[in-house]
Amino acid sequence: MNFKRIFGLFLRHFFLIKSSLPRILDLIYWPTIQIILWGFISKFFSIHSDYYNNTVGVILTCAILYDFLFRSSISFNMLFLEEIWSRNFTNLFIAPMKISEIITSLIITALIRTLIGLVPAILITSPLFGISILNLGVPLFYLFLSLYIFGITLGLFVSSGLLRYGPAFENIAWSSLFLLAPLGCIYYPIEILPQFFQTIARGLPLVYIFEEARSILVNKEVNYSNIVEALYLNGIYLFLGISLFYYSFSQARKKGSLINIGE
Amino acid sequence: MKTLIIVENLSKNYSKKEAVKNINFKINENEILGLLGPNGCGKTTTIAMMLGLLKPTSGKVLINGEDIDKNRISLLHKMNFISPYIELPKKLSVKENLIVYGHLYGVKKVKSRIEYLTEKLRLKEFLNKQTGELSSGQKNRVSLAKALINDPSILFLDEPTASLDPETGNYVRSFIEKISKEKNMSILLASHNMDEVKRLCKNVLMMKDGEIIDKGAPNELIKKHGKTNLEEVFLKLNKVDDEF
Repeated sequence: MNFKRIFGLFLRHFFLIKSSLPRILDLIYWPTIQIILWGFISKFFSIHSDYYNNTVGVILTCAILYDFLFRSSISFNMLFLEEIWSRNFTNLFIAPMKISEIITSLIITALIRTLIGLVPAILITSPLFGISILNLGVPLFYLFLSLYIFGITLGLFVSSGLLRYGPAFENIAWSSLFLLAPLGCIYYPIEILPQFFQTIARGLPLVYIFEEARSILVNKEVNYSNIVEALYLNGIYLFLGISLFYYSFSQARKKGSLINIGE
Repeated sequence: MKTLIIVENLSKNYSKKEAVKNINFKINENEILGLLGPNGCGKTTTIAMMLGLLKPTSGKVLINGEDIDKNRISLLHKMNFISPYIELPKKLSVKENLIVYGHLYGVKKVKSRIEYLTEKLRLKEFLNKQTGELSSGQKNRVSLAKALINDPSILFLDEPTASLDPETGNYVRSFIEKISKEKNMSILLASHNMDEVKRLCKNVLMMKDGEIIDKGAPNELIKKHGKTNLEEVFLKLNKVDDEF
């Protein structure tokens, strides 16, 4: 892998963001609104629910974690969609960039893009609601890591579709996470789901991540088996995502979608 | 003269449609080869296969003896492409776009390369302007600067002067002529501007329905078909009826 090329693709998106105040505000606006909304809901439940009694911030913490996942995935997809919208796709693929370099660059850029949006939103939770996500302690790092890997993996799945089917696949990019959210058991334990959906949900790393977050905040217990399970599943999905991206690139070369993808 | 590109029995089928049918040609070092044909005749498909963007159904493209399909990344370092159908990011300034592509092509001294190209292509005054704010002629020159950022030995030019005014068009043609000689560059030029092709190209390929239907030096083709210019040859070969 060549660092200069990875940096070059990062620069393409960095220049785009830094020169546009509306883009920066757009990155910050949605996570902030989302977290303020969930902050008030969280406050209400912490007062009126037995389950969440005296455990201020469980819902808000889960909302922040989910938003991190959402932003990671959307950021990855957006980077890819930007190339399609700007009709720059062909230029990118005639540059001597390996697929692994494109993926690496998008992973790094998506993380920075996500953090630009989420850090200010996280910072306001403390003065506004008296809650700090840092209460999760050391496992917070693993939870974020797991969510980020899963967000990127979803981004890879959607980008594979964009690569193969073009902009027609764009709507899937926006809806993919909404589809998984009910099964991810973000705000409720898995037992709430009907048996059939529980089986499907157990195949997703999200269940273990949010289960762990609740376990730490509600029961004050760290269960590393949840973290290991989530990372294990993430490894499998990431491998599938990368393989699918390579396969879609190969199919796009056969079908000619790299030439007319902006159309 | 050394042969740089060999296109061997190249075909591309899209489901039932045969876009390119078993074409063969060579491009020598320091040669500008013209590729002529009506829209949809397979020119873009041929260029896409030569750039490794499209996988051939059969046949191969050898660049310096290496198959583009097998050594895509290493060969792309030596090549570049300009087409009016692809654009550079509009929200990035000219300078930012060239910095990005300088990095993507692994150019060693990006800054001095940008200075050289913007000087040569009269782009200095637009360096900090957003690419999307430029006129189509200025954008075209920026695309040309991007296409030359890696100092390629092979250049694919698809309608390089399509949207330029006559004076700038002439300047770009002279620039292409000069730089191809200076850098020993091989160029495949797809164009509908017959005067441009006649001026720049040593040899010309005439394509129709995915096939090469004739080839030769522009003057030889004019003589062979008993016409007075290349446009008439083009119209004859494509049987374009000029009566309405």
